[in-house]
Amino acid sequence: MIYYVTDNSAHSVALSDIPEVEYAALYNDLKERLQEQRYHIAHYFATPVGNRLKFYLLLLDDKEHKVMLSSFAMDYYDDVALPSLTALHPQLHPFEREISELYNVEFDSNPWNKPLRFSFDRRNRNSTIDTYPFYTIEGDSLHEVNVGPIHAGIIEPGAFRFICNGENVLHLEIALGYQHRGVEKEFSSTDNRLRQTLLAESIAGDSAVAHATTYAGVIEKLLQSPTNENLIKERAVALELERMAMHIADTGALSMDIGYQLGQVACEALRTMTINTTQAWCGNRFGKGLIRPSGTNKPLTEAKRKMILDNVAEISRRYDEVRLDINSSPTILARFEECGIVPKEEMYRIGGVGMAARASGATRDIRSSHPFGAFAQGYVDHQSVVKKQGDVMARLMVRANEVLQSAEYIRDILNSYDVSEEYSHPDYTSALTPNALSFALTEGWRGEICHVAITDEKGSIETYKIKEPSLHNWLALALAVRGEGISDFPICNKSFNLSYCGHDL
Amino acid sequence: MITPKIKVLRSHGIQYIPDLCDVTLSEEFRGRPILTQTDDMTKVESAAKICPTKAISVAPFSLDLGKCLFCGECALCAPENIRFTNDFKMATTKREALVIKPEDERVEFHHEAVRPVVRKLFGKALKLRQVSAAGDASVEMELNATGNVNFDFGRYGVDFTASPRHSDGVVITGPISKAMAEPLQICYDAVPDPKVLIVCGSEACSGGLYADSKAVDRSFLASHDVDLWIPGAPSHPMAFIDGVMNLMGLKHER
Ligand code: SF4
Repeated sequence: MIYYVTDNSAHSVALSDIPEVEYAALYNDLKERLQEQRYHIAHYFATPVGNRLKFYLLLLDDKEHKVMLSSFAMDYYDDVALPSLTALHPQLHPFEREISELYNVEFDSNPWNKPLRFSFDRRNRNSTIDTYPFYTIEGDSLHEVNVGPIHAGIIEPGAFRFICNGENVLHLEIALGYQHRGVEKEFSSTDNRLRQTLLAESIAGDSAVAHATTYAGVIEKLLQSPTNENLIKERAVALELERMAMHIADTGALSMDIGYQLGQVACEALRTMTINTTQAWCGNRFGKGLIRPSGTNKPLTEAKRKMILDNVAEISRRYDEVRLDINSSPTILARFEECGIVPKEEMYRIGGVGMAARASGATRDIRSSHPFGAFAQGYVDHQSVVKKQGDVMARLMVRANEVLQSAEYIRDILNSYDVSEEYSHPDYTSALTPNALSFALTEGWRGEICHVAITDEKGSIETYKIKEPSLHNWLALALAVRGEGISDFPICNKSFNLSYCGHDL
Repeated sequence: MITPKIKVLRSHGIQYIPDLCDVTLSEEFRGRPILTQTDDMTKVESAAKICPTKAISVAPFSLDLGKCLFCGECALCAPENIRFTNDFKMATTKREALVIKPEDERVEFHHEAVRPVVRKLFGKALKLRQVSAAGDASVEMELNATGNVNFDFGRYGVDFTASPRHSDGVVITGPISKAMAEPLQICYDAVPDPKVLIVCGSEACSGGLYADSKAVDRSFLASHDVDLWIPGAPSHPMAFIDGVMNLMGLKHER
């Protein structure tokens, strides 16, 4: 048996229940298995245990809604090379790159063995962000365009290098790591659960609710405490509000980049209204302070329930008008359609997730494949929004339809929400299950978020691993701009709107 | 087609805030707290213990807004001693002024600490270059929002530029990661003198949750004078607008 099979709603798993296998066995299994689109890797990382390096892998089976856990180990200073899975299945590249960077583990014939984020605790200190080995192509007709790390707007840093033939992009390489703060280490160096919650909210500030929900899921599985109905519903409302706010913001940003000023200002105002709704609920426009493990400090009152219902109905009505305007404006469609295409097969190959994957016809959506919270309890009957074209327009339309869909979900949930129910307070102190692995998967607005915690014999978090959907999707952006005019880069970029800090951690 | 556009326009209506000096945020908004000393300070002790950034000191009682992430948890622990108000006016010229004490009713702006050259040259317009140094994107989005259709801070001549060469100063967000220490310095050096330096968000003011992280390098702030400190997690657009208007001398209420 190579895997321990569980799912996204089960409790944490005892470390002793996770099979430790030979790498060769895992390699051979994944080599075959990952050819099927129903499988993909949610997380794969190494962590030192005594004088050994222990590797954990979480494989998702979308069809059977199962999560399969496996592990293998080697001596910390072993210098045997492991055959690379990235060579067969490019979706593994960020994981193998991270393991190589942190622990000098060699993956034999990995075609893209580049540093990932220049983590402060990497083994090879000679590898620095200034010496990132950018890919180059020789040729008299080619030139390179360097952008970053500081970009022209108010946006996070990252280094982009375009290789262009005239105006056309042949290749884009994105070097990240400028935002590295050491988030994962901060998690494991404190037992203050409030501090951990705030760390989760800061992984990517535009996904504070999604990451805090994922963290809360990890902790609740280690506490083995059931969550009550209202808490589950509130979290779903908060998560869908976050999705609406960011999709609306990006609709506005895309509008701005093509000089569609009406759409830009309308979306700016609608985003303000959405995040002000969150603020009027919890005191913070990004939902910070709202999600807490095992309880809440901000239970919904009748007035707030009503306020959210009214605002969301109004936002949805007005946003739909913008959507219709976009669809009926040939000058807008001319910019967005057939621009920045990522084909479905390619999305699956590189492990693309979330709304960007769905825009290419790759149905990756944790809300239906590995349901959590309200989606697992059946409070919402979720149908993924999927498009085929894989272009900027498809990504915009997935967003547009998801805004309207989220508004409906919020309405349905709040209509069945009973404010008179007792609510539970956050739990920052109960002991966590020792010697266990706990994971949680959440579908944030960008896509699949996965957090994994491993506890020691005292129940303290010894290892905390975070996966932001951007970890997979940055490569999708690089592929999207191939063959496009470099002037279309901004709209390609905004159609994804990926996280730098979430990637760099 | 024109009809859908007219519909959008009609629903959009008028969105700008008419007077940026007359804004009240939602009751729920967690802004400047008020501290009250009591005989029994045991609850403050537990609040100080749980505070994720060690922003609270018990004796003498104070709370450092430059460290505070406004999670509100301390106020739940010690409701008699700590109460959050919806006052967003927290920006100040002095780092020490962010440390608030019992019964403080406002954050002092300290106009006397504004360099005369700042008001002389930038009193009518201020162009800023923003540098995100491991900011979590929320502060950055709030800074973007200052120029949006609601706040429209551009009407006071305050904008963000694409190049440091075109700017009058730098706004730093984030705890300043090691990898951004050098780009930040290069960007700051590229801004023509005289220039202003603004630090936006509690993470930038103190390092926040990452103050002790080995991936952070805050030496830039040790060697440069800051003109404006703005707390918040993230700083609300109004906190930034209020602070910058005070810095420019467009406001004299604090
Ligand atoms: S609100 Fe500020 S001072 Fe209070 S616990 Fe949170 S971070 Fe600490």
